[in-house]
Amino acid sequence: MSHEIDIDKHVRTYLFVFGSLLALTFITVGISYLHLSVVPAIGLALAVATVKGSLVACYFMHLLSERKLIYAVMLLTVLFFFFVLLGPLVTETNPIEL
Amino acid sequence: MEDTHHEEHHHEELGFWRKYVFSVDHKVIGIQYAITGLLFLFFGFCLMMLMRWQLAFPGRALPIIGGLFGDSRMPSGVMLPEFYNQLGAMHGTIMVFLGVVPLGVGGFGNFVVPLQIGAPDMAFPRLNMASYWSFFLGGVTMLVSFFVPGGAAQAGWTAYPPLAETTPAPGQALWLIGMVFLITSSLLGSVNFITTIIQLRAKGLSFMRLPFFVWSQLVTAFLLLLAFPPLEAAGFMQLMDIVAGTSFFLPSGLVVSGQALEVAGGGSPILWQHLFWFLAHPEVYVLILPALGIVSEIVANNTRKPLWGYKSLVYSVVFLGFMSFIVWAHHMFITGMGTVMSSFFQTTTMIISIPSVVILTVLLLSLWGGSIRFNTPMLFALAFLPMFAIGGLTGLPLGLSSTDIHLHDTYYVIGHFHYVVAPGSIFALFAGIYYWYPKATGRKMSELLGKLHFWPSFICMNFIFFPMLIQGMAGLNRRMYDGGASYAHAQPVLHLNGVISAAAWIMALAQVFFVINFFRSLKKGERVGTNPWQATTLEWAAPSPPPHGNFATEPTVYRGPYEYSVPGAAQDFSPQFNPDGGSLSENQTA
Amino acid sequence: MSAAAIPYTVEPRPDSGLNNVKIGIWLFLASEVMLFGALFAGYILLRVGAETWPRGAEFLSVPWATTNTVVLISSSVTMVLAWAALMKKNFSRYKLFMGLTVLAGFGFLGIKYIEYTSKFHHGYFPSTNTFLSIYFLMTGLHALHVIGGMVVNAYFWGPGSKMWKTHPQQFINRVEIAGLFWHFVDLVWIFLFPILYLL
Repeated sequence: MSHEIDIDKHVRTYLFVFGSLLALTFITVGISYLHLSVVPAIGLALAVATVKGSLVACYFMHLLSERKLIYAVMLLTVLFFFFVLLGPLVTETNPIEL
Repeated sequence: MEDTHHEEHHHEELGFWRKYVFSVDHKVIGIQYAITGLLFLFFGFCLMMLMRWQLAFPGRALPIIGGLFGDSRMPSGVMLPEFYNQLGAMHGTIMVFLGVVPLGVGGFGNFVVPLQIGAPDMAFPRLNMASYWSFFLGGVTMLVSFFVPGGAAQAGWTAYPPLAETTPAPGQALWLIGMVFLITSSLLGSVNFITTIIQLRAKGLSFMRLPFFVWSQLVTAFLLLLAFPPLEAAGFMQLMDIVAGTSFFLPSGLVVSGQALEVAGGGSPILWQHLFWFLAHPEVYVLILPALGIVSEIVANNTRKPLWGYKSLVYSVVFLGFMSFIVWAHHMFITGMGTVMSSFFQTTTMIISIPSVVILTVLLLSLWGGSIRFNTPMLFALAFLPMFAIGGLTGLPLGLSSTDIHLHDTYYVIGHFHYVVAPGSIFALFAGIYYWYPKATGRKMSELLGKLHFWPSFICMNFIFFPMLIQGMAGLNRRMYDGGASYAHAQPVLHLNGVISAAAWIMALAQVFFVINFFRSLKKGERVGTNPWQATTLEWAAPSPPPHGNFATEPTVYRGPYEYSVPGAAQDFSPQFNPDGGSLSENQTA
Repeated sequence: MSAAAIPYTVEPRPDSGLNNVKIGIWLFLASEVMLFGALFAGYILLRVGAETWPRGAEFLSVPWATTNTVVLISSSVTMVLAWAALMKKNFSRYKLFMGLTVLAGFGFLGIKYIEYTSKFHHGYFPSTNTFLSIYFLMTGLHALHVIGGMVVNAYFWGPGSKMWKTHPQQFINRVEIAGLFWHFVDLVWIFLFPILYLL
C-alpha cells in the first residue's frame, strides 16, 4: 500500500489532522457557549462533528486510499445507517390525515 | 491460521476435543450447527404441540404427561395462561433464531459454501468456532430461562414493550441476554461468510459462475451483518429498562393492572417496534434465502438442465436483499402511522414481491421440459415451490394497510408466515439434508424412508396451516389462550382447532421416519463416491466426506454452475471442475 | 491450525486488492455503524417525543468531556504514529507510541469514572430521566468499546509484539486493523460528544 518513503509525509499529515481536530473541538465547545437556538446549534455542532469524523476516517483510517470494495461496503452501510436513523423519525412525525 | 506452515505436518494428531468439539474445520462446525439446529427445531415443535392441546381442548387436563410440568406451569395437567404465553414466545424465538437460521446459515452455509467455492476452509476458522459457541451459549441461556422464577419470556418473539417489561423480569432479561449471544454469533458468522466468498473463490470462479446457493448466502450474510445490530441496540435498551429502571420504551403515565408504574416515563414503545422490525423483516429473508439457494441447487440437479435465467436469479436476490431494509414498517400499519409513510411502505412492500416472484418463476420454468428425477430431495424441493407461493401470495393482503387492519394479529398472519417458513424453509432444509448427507457422511439416506417422511409431512403441513388462513379471515385473534372459545364471532371456525392440532401431532409421527433414516443411514446407508447425484458444482469434486482442507489439489473452475445436458457432451452434466466439458467421468456410484 | 493454508491472510488477493483481515474488520465496523446508528435513532426519537429536553450541561460536565475528547483524539494520533513507526521498521518507537495509546485509554476511562461517580453523587441515575438513560447507555457502550480496543492494543504492545520478529508484515497488518477499530471508537465519540454534552 504505502511505500516507506511516503511515511514521513504521512506523519506530517497525521500531525496536521491532529491539530485540526483539536482546533475543531475547541470551536464546537465555543459555539455551545453562545447558546444559539436549537436548530442552528444542532446544525453547527453536527457540521463540525462531521468534518472531524471525516478527517479521522479519511486520514487515520486511510479511507482516502482504500479499495473500491471497501467503498462499496461502506456506501451501503451509510445508506442503511440513514434508513435506521431517520426512518423511525419520519414515520412517527408523519401525521395521520383523515 | 498464520502458523500453517509449521503445523501442517502434525495436524492429524488432533485429539477428540479439538477434532469434534472445539473444531475449527468448517465442515465439523457446519454439522454442529445443523445438529444443534435440528434439536432446537424439534424442541420448538414440542412447545407448539403442547400449545395445540390447549387450543384444541381448552382447560382440559393433558393426559399422561400433563402432570410432569409442575404446579407453576400445569397444575394437575391443566395449562396456566402464563405457561401458554411462555410456550408461544419461546416457540417463535427458538424456531427462528435457534432452529431455522442456524440450520440454513450456520449449518448449510458453513458446510457447503467453502466447498462450493473451492476453498480449503472459511477465511477465519477460529472466528467460525467462536460463532458456533456463542450461538450455543445463546441457546443454553434461552433454555435456562424456563427454570427461573416466573418462567421464560412471555411477551412473544417480538418482545413488544410495555408488555415485555411488565411480565416477570428474570425470563425476559435472560431472553435479551440470549439474544445478545445469538446476535454476536450471527455477526461473527456473517463477517466470515462475506470475507470467505469474496476472497477464497477458486481460480476461474467469477461471481457470475457462483452457484446460486453461494449468492443466497452472500446476500443473507449482508442482511445479518447490517440488520441485526439495531436489534442489539434495542435489546440493550430493553435490558436497561428491566435491570436499571430506565424508561426507554415506557411512556409517561403507564398504568398496569390498575397501578401506575413507578418509572420516570417519557419513553417510546414504538421505538422498539421500529428497531425490532428493522431487523426482523430482513430476518424473514434470512430464513428464506438459504432455502431458495438449496432448492435452486436441487432443481437444477434433478431436472438435468440449466436453471432458466441464472442471471435474473442473481439480480433478483441482490435487489431483494437491498429492498428488505426499507419495508419494515409494514408490520406496524396499525400503530397510527401517517398516510404518506404508510403509502411509502406499502409501495416498497409491493416492489419487494417482484424479485420474489421472479425467483419463483425461474425455478418453476426450470422444470419445463426437464427429465425430472423424483428422489427425496427433489420431492421436498418441488413441494417448496407451491408452499412458498401460497406463503408469498397470502402476504400481499398483509402488505396493504387497508386489508391489514382486518387481518392484523389474526391466525391469518400465522398461516401466512408459517407457509413461508414451515413447508417453505423447513422443507427446503430437509431437501438440503437429503441432498448433502452423502457428501457429509459418504452414504445416502434411504429413499423409502425419505418418501415415508415426505408425504405425510406434506399433507399434514397443509392441514395445519390452511385452516389457520380461514380462521384468521373469520377474525380469530392469534394470541387467545382458549383458542377463541370465549368469542362469539370465532364459533364457526372453532372446530378447525381440533383439525389443526390432530394434523400437528400426526406430522410429529412422520418425523420419526426422518430420525430413523438419519441415524440408520450413518451405518447402513448405501456407500457413495464423490459425486452421487451427477452434479456440476465444486463440492462434488471433493471426497465424501471431505478431509480437513477439503480438496486434494486446488480446483480450477472452467464454466458456469449448472451446465447440464450440454449438446455434444459425452454425459448429461459438465462439472465446473472438469477442463473438457464433462467427458471425464468422475467415480460415480453404480 | 488448519490442514491447508488459507490464502490471502497476509498478502492481498489480486482482484479485490485486499487481504482477508482488512475486509473482515471493515465488515465488522459496518455492523458497528449500524449499532450506533440505532442508538442515535433512539436518541432522536426520544428527544423529539419529549416535552422538555435538557441541555447536556445541565447534568453533565463539559470541561471533563472536552478533556476526554482531547485525550481520545491524542490516542488516535499516537495509534497511527505507532503504525507509521512500524512501517519505518522502528520497533522501539512503535513500543513508545503504542504504550502511549494504551495509557490514553486508561486516561479516558479514568475521566469517565470521575464523571459517572459525580453523577451518582448528585443522585443522577439512568432511571432519572430519558436523557440520562440514553447518556449512560451510549457512553457506557462506548466505554466498553474503549476497553475492548485497549485489550487488543495492550496485547499488541506486550506479548503480541513478538510477532514482529517472525512475521513482520502480518504484525503491521494487525496493528493497522487494531488501529482501524481504535479510530472508529474515536469517531463515535466525536459524535457522542456534541449530541450528549453540547446540545
